Amino acid sequence: MSLLPPTAPPPLISVQNLSLTGHRGRGPETPIVTNVSFNVAEGEMLALIGESGSGKTSIALALTGYARQGCRISGGTLRVAGHDVLHMNARELHAFRGMTIAYIAQNAGAAFNPALPLMEQVIEPALVHHIMPRKEAVEQAIALFELMALPSPHTIGARYPHECSGGQLQRIMAAMALITEPEVVIFDEPTTALDVTTQIEVLEAFRLAMRQCGFTGVYVTHDLAIVAQMADRAVVLKNGTVQEEGSTGQILTAPTQPYTQALVAASEPHTRNHDPAPASAPLLDVRDILVGYGGTTPEGRPVHTILNQVSLPVLAGETMGIIGESGCGKSTLIRAIAGIQPWSAGSMMFEGQPLAADINLRSPQQRQHLQLVAQNADLVLNPAMTVQATLRRVLTFYGEDASDNAIRHILDMVRLPAALASRLPTQLSGGQKQRVNLARALAARPRLVLCDEITAALDTVVAAAILDLMMELKRELSLSWLFVTHDLHALRSVCDHVAVLYAGHCVEFSTITALQTAPHHPYARKLEASVPEMRPDWLDNILRQHGLKQDKSGPAPASGCSYMPRCPVAAATCALTPPPVWQAPSGAFIACHRTAQELS
Amino acid sequence: MTARLGEAIALRVGASLVSLVFVVVAVFFITSALPGDVAEALLGQAATPDAIAALRHSLRLDQPVLLRFAGWAGGLLRGDFGTSLVSHQPVLSMVHDRLLHSLLLAGITTLFAVPAALLLGTLSAIFRNTVFDRTISLLTLCVVSVPEFLIATLAVLVFAVELHLLPALASISDIHSIGSFLAAFSMPVATLGCVIVGQMARMTRAVMVNVLSSSWVEMAMLKGVSPAFIILRHVLPNVIAPLFNVIALSLSYLLGGVVIVESVFHYPGIASLMVDSVASRDIPLVQTCAIIFCAAYLLLTTLADIVALCSSQERTRT
Repeated sequence: MSLLPPTAPPPLISVQNLSLTGHRGRGPETPIVTNVSFNVAEGEMLALIGESGSGKTSIALALTGYARQGCRISGGTLRVAGHDVLHMNARELHAFRGMTIAYIAQNAGAAFNPALPLMEQVIEPALVHHIMPRKEAVEQAIALFELMALPSPHTIGARYPHECSGGQLQRIMAAMALITEPEVVIFDEPTTALDVTTQIEVLEAFRLAMRQCGFTGVYVTHDLAIVAQMADRAVVLKNGTVQEEGSTGQILTAPTQPYTQALVAASEPHTRNHDPAPASAPLLDVRDILVGYGGTTPEGRPVHTILNQVSLPVLAGETMGIIGESGCGKSTLIRAIAGIQPWSAGSMMFEGQPLAADINLRSPQQRQHLQLVAQNADLVLNPAMTVQATLRRVLTFYGEDASDNAIRHILDMVRLPAALASRLPTQLSGGQKQRVNLARALAARPRLVLCDEITAALDTVVAAAILDLMMELKRELSLSWLFVTHDLHALRSVCDHVAVLYAGHCVEFSTITALQTAPHHPYARKLEASVPEMRPDWLDNILRQHGLKQDKSGPAPASGCSYMPRCPVAAATCALTPPPVWQAPSGAFIACHRTAQELS
Repeated sequence: MTARLGEAIALRVGASLVSLVFVVVAVFFITSALPGDVAEALLGQAATPDAIAALRHSLRLDQPVLLRFAGWAGGLLRGDFGTSLVSHQPVLSMVHDRLLHSLLLAGITTLFAVPAALLLGTLSAIFRNTVFDRTISLLTLCVVSVPEFLIATLAVLVFAVELHLLPALASISDIHSIGSFLAAFSMPVATLGCVIVGQMARMTRAVMVNVLSSSWVEMAMLKGVSPAFIILRHVLPNVIAPLFNVIALSLSYLLGGVVIVESVFHYPGIASLMVDSVASRDIPLVQTCAIIFCAAYLLLTTLADIVALCSSQERTRT
């Protein structure tokens, strides 16, 4: 495999039998990565694919000769651009890092020093390696900001990290990596923490930089659709070992290993919701909910609005999906329904009865029938309580049968073996914890379960299994789900109805079938177009269609459509009056000044 | 930008002044509620009821408490802290020398303790979880847990009684040379230093570890920035505010909390003056000392807050 044809140039990166070990606290050393070998030719982009814990980030960091606290490079050879990385002293490593190899971290918000202006940090690699004087470095940085299509490239460097958005920071970090014109650039999940609409802007910028600067790259990700856009070849990792290596096309279309096949299958969008809910009376009816913070104005409205008169009905036995980018108010809506977020106007009806804003004023039956499943099971499950203690607590609280049998039955519902009942949360995997988190809600025998991004923190395969479980439970228990997500694939695969939230407004409300046909609200369309597809020419097509555009953003008009600053079809009226809600022929309700014909 | 900073500092100083007013009120009423009567204490066991009543009248102790407070607070506003009930001298002149002595001791201790603590804490944080870190951690823990009278007494026992290297008492009246200066101050300073270095080093380590394990320090390393440069350029601006709080808390101890050290070495500082005045029920002196301690504490914490405001002001523009 590693034998190259004699005519081929030597690889720029050569990793042979790399092993990494680590330990937790004073625990014994355990292997993180064993015997990993791969080569990357000059000008090539290699993807390291794997789920959390597969060791992909550790390998990427090892390429720079760095291991995190508690980790150690325990064996193998690493050659990067002619350097023997594992046999360099500290001085040589400092000269190597940032000069020959540059790193783009996952969370740009955390990777910038909060106390220094961005320009200082961007030109720092050029200054510490003495490759150009300060003035020239600043000019170079501004040129890179322009290349990255950042707004106001001449002044953005004077800002501090908290004054920029996540997508901007990610592009600024790319500029920081490229300022020394390194031979190798490592991308460590650079878009995982971003919304899809932002991700596409960042991917476009990366793609342009790749063309312009011509570096060799290693792209770490778990998202196969991004691999299809960015990489030439891919290495699939699981538990620190290489499962499969090949060209991107082969890995994505004809995987040979079972693990890769499972990954590809889990990434394919498909419908899980095979029996749509029958038309029925609303189980939960949310009417004109208004939530805000920062005190109230003289007119009795909150100073800052999070949710602006959102209404939506959830029918009995259906899955209602809510989608939107971070900050659109979707979690706030869930919290308001759950009774832990007060609202200032509007009303809710649940099972035909009014639902109080404060959970303490709700009837025991309402509290039992309305359950919340939070995003992060690690934060929700009490680390000192076993699984059965957690479930028994719910059962006794609602006066249900709390016998071992009942607990076994609940675990069975979420497809967990009864043997797990005596385990502590720390002894469970991420997927198992999320199932216990679901079981905790199901133990109350709810009618409606609120799910706040429950698959966001999970790996693709595990998340797919949780979605499957949701649909099985919906069928078996005739439950209703309110499913909040930013993942359009997940939404499509499980939901009956969909509400699209933007800046606290419900801009589109439709059935899942109507979501497939035009017309759409411009934001819903943008959301749809931003989800990466497995087609390798997807990103190129988008780039060809509109070229690289600068961010469109700006303050939303005080009265008028909040999407107007970003809207491609905005008109003068959009800034003045709130958009009317009209029903499209497909049945979808859309809040927009444009007509159905104009949006089709 | 600077106007906002000025406003924030003014607010902070204003809040401290309001706190000081509360402190003054609290000090007065708590000291008036103390058990025991200065007239009885002054006249001793042979006092007749008539003599006590006469003395109480001359000391205005028979007046209602609010009236006495008004008189006392009025005096404070004019800079008159009253007259000692025992020595009949103005309180301010009695406090003056003692305060200077205390400030001298605190100043010398600060000069040694703060750099030592910051260095130890920072080194422990850089080499965290190594043998060096564990050793420092163990040592500082030991020093923090041993009561200071034990350290002071042991020091006297070893260096003064057994080795005859240093005088047991810190007599600062006859300092004429560097040698006598060292002889007088080395043991008190070392004892106080032990107590605050241990505490400051541990807190510094916690602050530094928190910052050093952040993603942006890792990013700076991956950019090829050298460790010394990372500490100076990246870490320092982020730890100034918390470190000044750590220092302020430790230093406030040096004025008020040093009673034991002053007693053991017979050092004529303000803390021992307060202890003496409590014993003799010399209320005006007790009140003045208490106000000085509280004011010093407020001053230090306010300074730390102002440093924090200045260090973040660049970033908080909108």
